[in-house]
Amino acid sequence: MENYSKKVMENFMKPKNMGEIKDASGVGKVGNPVCGDIMWIYIMVSKDKSGNEIVKDIKFKTLGCAAAIATSSMITELAKGKTLADAYKITKADVAKALDGLPPIKMHCSNLASDGLKAAINDYLVKQGRKPMEHTKEAGSSLRS
Amino acid sequence: MRTIYLDNAATTKLHPLVRKAMSECEEDGFGNSSSLHSAGRKAKEKLDLARETISKKVFAKNHKLIFTSGGTESNNFAIKGLALGSREKKHIVTTKIEHDCVLNTLGFLEKYGYKVTYLDVDKEGLVNLEALENAITKDTLLVSVIHGNNEIGTIQNLKEIGRIVHEKGSVFHTDACQSFTKQPIDMEKDNIDLLTINAHKIYGPKGVGALLVKEGLGLEPLLHGGGHEYGLRSGTVNVPGIVGFSKATEIIGEREIEHMASLRNQLVKGLKDIDDCWLNGPEVDSGKRLCNNANLTFMYAEGEAIVLYLDALGICVSTGSACSSNTLKPSHVLKAIGLKQEQSHGTIRFSIGIDNTTEEIKYTIDCVKGTIEKLRQMCPYKY
Repeated sequence: MENYSKKVMENFMKPKNMGEIKDASGVGKVGNPVCGDIMWIYIMVSKDKSGNEIVKDIKFKTLGCAAAIATSSMITELAKGKTLADAYKITKADVAKALDGLPPIKMHCSNLASDGLKAAINDYLVKQGRKPMEHTKEAGSSLRS
Repeated sequence: MRTIYLDNAATTKLHPLVRKAMSECEEDGFGNSSSLHSAGRKAKEKLDLARETISKKVFAKNHKLIFTSGGTESNNFAIKGLALGSREKKHIVTTKIEHDCVLNTLGFLEKYGYKVTYLDVDKEGLVNLEALENAITKDTLLVSVIHGNNEIGTIQNLKEIGRIVHEKGSVFHTDACQSFTKQPIDMEKDNIDLLTINAHKIYGPKGVGALLVKEGLGLEPLLHGGGHEYGLRSGTVNVPGIVGFSKATEIIGEREIEHMASLRNQLVKGLKDIDDCWLNGPEVDSGKRLCNNANLTFMYAEGEAIVLYLDALGICVSTGSACSSNTLKPSHVLKAIGLKQEQSHGTIRFSIGIDNTTEEIKYTIDCVKGTIEKLRQMCPYKY
């Protein structure tokens, strides 16, 4: 297998925001033990000064390979402070790019973090009695805009 | 940081005595062993001596020893060479726990009309002898069974398997890359027709191996050329490498085997304290396990992550997890002994070497415990 980038290794060795949020606004649960990756993303939602709902706090718990742990760590960094709408737009490509790339074989299997975040946001919305956001096909990077 | 190398089933470090023998040979045995002149003759003498030394090690009497580039070539040569040399029989019997170079060679032959029976193994990785006997038919060209398994360390009963194969009139091949010099092998008593061995698992150089071939088997060569190695494997012979291989067969003796087994037992004993953790393959004191192999599953932690965290602490081990492989497929050996996919993901192989120490094992136990605890803290739930 191709080697991991320095960024992946840093995020794997010292993951940021690992843990749970008690009374989280939403929890996204993705992956399964059979494929080897399980990722739970916890978010705490609150409103900023302009009244937009933002990801005030975010934590993760992940079982999986180095790529799974590194992408979990990275998504928490990318999403923190963003509005729900913007956080929802973060793609797998954004996460991989922020980590200076992932080995091709890991791009899909272990790069679950953006799915986990989307699931957490929708969990929050549904708990609120609101309509979940729609999964759109990934295109381009929302970070570029 | 010091390195604690516990991946000796992957490869071993060249032993100083082997290096010395090779370097002397590079000096005074550099000639082409096919040449008539003195330089060639010197190389030829060394080659002959190495061939004799290694043949004696496995009590080969009516066998030709053909030097190859290693285990993969020897296994390819044994299987394809026999298939090409015997036109009639089109059935091969093997097990579900062979090395990829055997399984993929057989897969290749299946494309050309060969039928292959893949025997199940039990929880310890042992072949059922009755099932083996029943699988062999009049059309069975070859039975290929790995001697010491590279992942879980299971040692098959060569003598019994060889006896059955010969009673049923077939040919017996065994891949002994992991077991050679660690377990006794007797070509005659064990009824072995084809034996694969190599150098780099026993502190010899990489790229050197051998296939021992029973006289009269009629193998076709895979490499055609100048007719080296009795016309069975052409190409200028790697005499310094072969001299290293020969020297390497002297490195592991009784004392080394005992040393490795005792460290392995220390490691397994220390790690078994961990919750939701078990040893795969035969028990350490069963006599059915390679002296240096420990293979453990740690639930709720993933193998690649364990390997990389341990690596950061200076410890080299390997994993049966799919997540570290090029194909993302979990180990076929762990599957064959009944592990579920979610179990094989957390599986680590430790393979002890002759230079490891008690202190290193103690340090390793502490590091593994810490690593598993750290990863389990990250795991969302127990399944």
